[in-house]
Amino acid sequence: MSFYDEFLQYSDADMEAVFQHTTSADIERIIGKDRLTPKDFLALLSPKAEEHLEWMAQKANELTVQNFGRVILLYTPMYLSDYCTNKCTYCGFNVTNTFTRKQLTMEEVEKEAQTVAASGIQHILILTGEAPAIAGVPYMKECVGILKRYFSSIAIEVYAMEEEEYAELMEAGVESMTMYQETYNPLLYDRLHLKGPKKDYRYRLDAPERACRAGMRGVNIGALLGLDDWRRDGFFTGLHANYLQNKYPGVEVSISLPRIRPTMGNCETGNSVNDKSIVQFMTAFRLFMPRAGMPLSTRENAEFRNHAIKLGITKMSAGVQTAVGGHIDSQENSGQFAVSDTRNVKEMSDAILQLGYQPVFKDWQAI
Amino acid sequence: MMDQLVIGGRSLQSRLFIGTGKYSADALIPEVVKKSGSEVITVALRRIDFNSPMGNVMDHIPSGMQLLPNTSGARNAQEAIRIARLAKAAGCGNWIKIEVISDNKYLLPDGYETIKATEVLAGEGFVVLPYISPDLMVAKHLVEVGAAAVMPLGAPIGSNRGLKTKELLRILIEEIALPVIVDAGIGKPSDACEAMEMGAAACLLNTAIASANQPELMAEAFGMAVAAGRKAYLAGLGRSEKYASSSSPLTGFLHN
Ligand code: SF4
Repeated sequence: MSFYDEFLQYSDADMEAVFQHTTSADIERIIGKDRLTPKDFLALLSPKAEEHLEWMAQKANELTVQNFGRVILLYTPMYLSDYCTNKCTYCGFNVTNTFTRKQLTMEEVEKEAQTVAASGIQHILILTGEAPAIAGVPYMKECVGILKRYFSSIAIEVYAMEEEEYAELMEAGVESMTMYQETYNPLLYDRLHLKGPKKDYRYRLDAPERACRAGMRGVNIGALLGLDDWRRDGFFTGLHANYLQNKYPGVEVSISLPRIRPTMGNCETGNSVNDKSIVQFMTAFRLFMPRAGMPLSTRENAEFRNHAIKLGITKMSAGVQTAVGGHIDSQENSGQFAVSDTRNVKEMSDAILQLGYQPVFKDWQAI
Repeated sequence: MMDQLVIGGRSLQSRLFIGTGKYSADALIPEVVKKSGSEVITVALRRIDFNSPMGNVMDHIPSGMQLLPNTSGARNAQEAIRIARLAKAAGCGNWIKIEVISDNKYLLPDGYETIKATEVLAGEGFVVLPYISPDLMVAKHLVEVGAAAVMPLGAPIGSNRGLKTKELLRILIEEIALPVIVDAGIGKPSDACEAMEMGAAACLLNTAIASANQPELMAEAFGMAVAAGRKAYLAGLGRSEKYASSSSPLTGFLHN
């Protein structure tokens, strides 16, 4: 039994029919409920629910303040290596793109760590492409050994691994992981992932659960919105998060809502996802899972991010460089995606304070 | 006669304990403390950054307050014990609120792991205040292993739902010889007042003050409500007073 079985139960559901039959009265009743079913969540993703967005937003705000307070955790990603064996059509790091690839040496990791830590950041997210022969578990463990001296919490956003590999990284000091399914639509998934190990849809789908089984403290999942219909992918992301939270109650489950941003690669599949859609997804998810975390990256612009703070977001990145070694040399290679909100950590904290929220740098300490 | 609550050898005038999480700015804390009259403040060790050049929540806690570091984030006894030891080593004193939560959906405490952690830490000389579901048997075990008080929830953390567990709280208050401090779920001053009227020794709350539009004003309201509830209890409103009168006016003659 894995999330795949639950996914199958819903994958053939006629969502269009559900959307068509959802009435305003349904939405009002659902917003008033304390606990939502997956079907309620789906209804909140319907076009009909758009008419009730303000009300959804108010409830999302109330639930977020109740559960998390007026507090936003700040973190920064650190790109360790852009070597990649996959060919994902929407990503700048894909194997067919020709640019000089880079992987940080331990000295460079240390320098990056010093630079980032000096900004006050305590939570770091390390990223690599999928090239286990170069940037594999031993390499990551070495990096974590250095980063531990500078940060109170280390998360990974790397390729899908075996349970034992997650356990090994946790032993080294990693405590949470992010894994984007990109799209929950298996056919589209197959078309977007032209070659490489990432092509295995099911292996990736089950990766967050393997991490939970390994005892990871936090697991963050998401779909890259804009690949498929956002309502569909949004629904499956929520369903997946709910599955993990119910089965592994000790794990802090969160979801991200990344939208496609321009990269070196060309991605022709784009279903557009406008601000209103993201807000609908954000607030619907908050009503469905009031206690789940919701990080927001700098793919979104400053104005949107400022507003999103009141809609359910719990964590934000700041001072982001999406290129390997970007913190020590901003002239480095192009990054994985274009950053829209370029505010540094100080500017971001000031903005958060101005909005009546408190930026938090440390929310956990490896013990 | 002064009505004082004594925990771990310290006498407290105020029976309102407050938290430090969820505020829009830590700078609000001194005023909240002042207005509430509270003398005990809980702080999540996981949030304290002792090395931060930018300062941290500790800088805003007025001196003289009894610090109650908590083990929030711990998922089992072992983690809670490690956090408690870290807190002590970092100079946070020897009071510790044990919070062991392995349920991220409702944030309900794990009684079994809480008992284990309490036993170890009480043995090490900590003044241990464990956060629990209002379960009589868990509370009794905690008494046995050396807890200094028990802190049952009124409703899940952050829910602001009030005293949903009232009947169970009443049993704990009647049966447990330690101070019973109602923790979590209190949403309104009237909830806190009611808990105190029932005979709770104190109330601990955070969300209801931190998420108010005017936290300082809400802190003051809670301070008054807790004091009012306590007075009402002392005046004889409390149910346990009805049956446990020290001067047995109706049956005293039997012993003569
Ligand atoms: S999305 Fe990840 S796996 Fe795919 S090409 Fe980019 S770095 Fe490689």
